[in-house]
Amino acid sequence: MKLGKLPAKQFSQLLKVHQMNSDKITKGVLLLSSFVILFVAGGMIFSLVEGAIPALKSFGLSFIWSNNWNPTEGKENYGALPFIAGTIITSVAALLISLPLSFSVSLFLGEYYRGTRIAKILGPMVDLLAGIPSIVYGLWGFYVLRPLLIDLGLPNQGFGIFTASIILAIMIIPYATSLSNEIITMVPNELKEAAYSLGATRSEVIFNVVVPSARSGIIAGYILSFGRALGETMAVTMLIGNANIVPDGFFSTGNTMASVIANQFGEADGLKLSSLIAIGLLLFLMTGIINAIGKFIIKRMG
Amino acid sequence: MPLVSSSLNEWGNMNSAAKITVANLSRRTLKDKLFKGLVLFMSLITISPIVLIIYKLVEKGYRQISLDFIIKTPPNTFEAMTALSNGELIPGGIANGITGTLLMVVLASVIAIPVGVITGIYLYENPGKLLANLTRNISDILQGVPSIVLGLIAYMWIVKPITSGFSALAGSVSLSIMMLPMIVRSTEETLKMIPESIKEAAVALGVPYYKVILRVLIPTGFSGLLTGILLGISRILGETAPLMLTALGSSVINLDITKPTSAIPLLIWEFYNDPNMVDLIWSSSLLLMGMVLTLNLVSKRIAARTK
Repeated sequence: MKLGKLPAKQFSQLLKVHQMNSDKITKGVLLLSSFVILFVAGGMIFSLVEGAIPALKSFGLSFIWSNNWNPTEGKENYGALPFIAGTIITSVAALLISLPLSFSVSLFLGEYYRGTRIAKILGPMVDLLAGIPSIVYGLWGFYVLRPLLIDLGLPNQGFGIFTASIILAIMIIPYATSLSNEIITMVPNELKEAAYSLGATRSEVIFNVVVPSARSGIIAGYILSFGRALGETMAVTMLIGNANIVPDGFFSTGNTMASVIANQFGEADGLKLSSLIAIGLLLFLMTGIINAIGKFIIKRMG
Repeated sequence: MPLVSSSLNEWGNMNSAAKITVANLSRRTLKDKLFKGLVLFMSLITISPIVLIIYKLVEKGYRQISLDFIIKTPPNTFEAMTALSNGELIPGGIANGITGTLLMVVLASVIAIPVGVITGIYLYENPGKLLANLTRNISDILQGVPSIVLGLIAYMWIVKPITSGFSALAGSVSLSIMMLPMIVRSTEETLKMIPESIKEAAVALGVPYYKVILRVLIPTGFSGLLTGILLGISRILGETAPLMLTALGSSVINLDITKPTSAIPLLIWEFYNDPNMVDLIWSSSLLLMGMVLTLNLVSKRIAARTK
């Protein structure tokens, strides 16, 4: 009996040791790969800051609010204000234009036609809007939307903030709806039924029950879609008119932070390249903050 | 839910204050119907661009699509001009773009998928840990980084120090950073849906940890992982901006990852800027949209089948 037991014990111990080693290695690999993301993110911030230092050194903080963008040699001066202003104005306008549209779609999918066949067709179609490449939106805006707006009397040959905002609005709709219609679907039926039993009409239920209880989800969806709008490049580049000025109105031409990088990167070196990287850093920070706010609201909802 | 109850109260007050009369009721019903009409109308407007865009691409692009379009490289401007003035279709195709796109997408996937899936598993296995939470948050923020910024990053990391010039590798790196957080997220979400008991059964049998992952977690969640990966690929397929800063473009087929390489979206951008070649934008976009749509539909189909 003694003889029989010993090898079994040893065997199981051996097995344990072997397993513990492989488990440790596995855990180590898992841990390591999660560091990759942290490393990438940290490296991004480091590289952007490092690349931006020459520009920030030359212009200081006035880089952010100077509106003079002058690449002429000897008189080189770079200020990011036109692009910061252009980015914020186009994104806010896009958000405002997309609001009624995405709100309607989320009501359509999450309330009026929830789970019906027509919702199963419309839902994927809206998702598909997120799948269309930015450059295709740009082409469509350039060749279809712009002539239409020129006919309506838009100045600057149809280029500018307004045209870019319309295309941006279409592009960001799926990001706003995917979250808000999920939240709207989750509003407890009891709440709605209580309101119906009091004699409320459907629209009254929507405005007094559904929207208030889904409010933070809807807002978070809009914030995330706003973050998307800030960084969109190609479609905006093709439609905004690429003028390095602070836009003086809704129909003015302009440039966004993303579009100026795309436009001027090709011939950039030295101080200009550094300034473009500094703009990239600002854009990174802006979208990071906006996204963090959106995610924070989602987390708080639980 | 203090929000809801307070708004219900308000609503109750409002209602009790208003007398329910026939006129009042019909006014409210009318309002209700008008609002529903508005919602329907707005929803229709929202989906109309996708129909219009696809229609436009097909209408203007289908004639150019042929075998030549897939296996030949673009003509030079002069050839295109001659064809235009003779009223012919522009000869040649976008083979350099197709091969470049495939090369960079495959390379980006090779970089992003293993790291993304393993990180996703880590997040799933350590839900409450500080490091996991940090990784999850950072990954979420990474997902929101504009693609053009990723182009700048790959320029500083690869173009300047490693390939000392624009290269497919740099393009792939920018695309892989874009893809990584999407895969991390979808992996974690997929694994969360696997019943704990399946994993516990394997662990109880004394299966080593790595085998639990390879033989239980990944196969069980395979279709979910695949959906996430395909959606990630469909998202990077159409990216233009980061490639302008990294891969730059090339007029010939190039499979050397240290050399400038073209991609379908880069070609669309070049054609758009060349008045002689501009007719090629529609067919190229049609092809690109076709690829993106197919990937989207396939991944949706896989996702639907597993549910």
